[in-house]
Amino acid sequence: MRRTDERHVNVTVRVFASYADALGADRATVTVPDPATVGSVRAAIAALSPKLPPRPIIAVNEEYATDDVAISPGDEVAVIPPVAGG
Amino acid sequence: MSRSGIVAAPIDVAAITDEVRDPHTGAVSTFLGTVRDSSDSRTVTGLEYSTYTGMAEREMQAIVREAIAIAPGVRIVAVHRVGNLAVGEVCVMIAAAHGHRGPAFDACRYAIEEIKKRVPIWKREHYSDGSSEWVNACAPDAHAPRPKDAHA
Repeated sequence: MRRTDERHVNVTVRVFASYADALGADRATVTVPDPATVGSVRAAIAALSPKLPPRPIIAVNEEYATDDVAISPGDEVAVIPPVAGG
Repeated sequence: MSRSGIVAAPIDVAAITDEVRDPHTGAVSTFLGTVRDSSDSRTVTGLEYSTYTGMAEREMQAIVREAIAIAPGVRIVAVHRVGNLAVGEVCVMIAAAHGHRGPAFDACRYAIEEIKKRVPIWKREHYSDGSSEWVNACAPDAHAPRPKDAHA
């Protein structure tokens, strides 16, 4: 996470499986208002590709996270496609 | 001792079944998920599982704790394999041992259902015509309630 100007930060997120194929990369960086939240990152990720759903699932530090969760420097943020274990 | 894991090597069904047994065991419930040769009438030649390893291991550990909370006294091992699997291979195994069959069945069923709902593992099916597709099965719910005593 890196500040871009007085009011925004860049957040880098890990991307997996079908979403990584859609974005052509296993990481993506989005710019969101400071302080970053799961809600703002979720919306910014969705806007990266029409192949992503409007509200992709987000995990912070390896736990599923709701929109109100704040994202701090050093947090690991990931976008989780629908799971298909088993 | 209960445990869980994400593994790359083939799952040793007999070894894991033995692992959960002890002299107090009266019932062992096992579940095996295996690679099927078809999907929506298409011929499947193999599966490729990928994962978010750290998070998948955490979710598997949480599920094992929750299963023990639901069925106190159960000894449970839950493993999921990742990488490329051929038709017929075991992709996931749960073994749950208890003095009696009820809690063994309950823990086993709980674990496999939750694994399918929550653990960040993805599967790409490879078909006989050379094409492949990611299978979209289940959207995890960040708001889903968890058993309250699971973190004890």
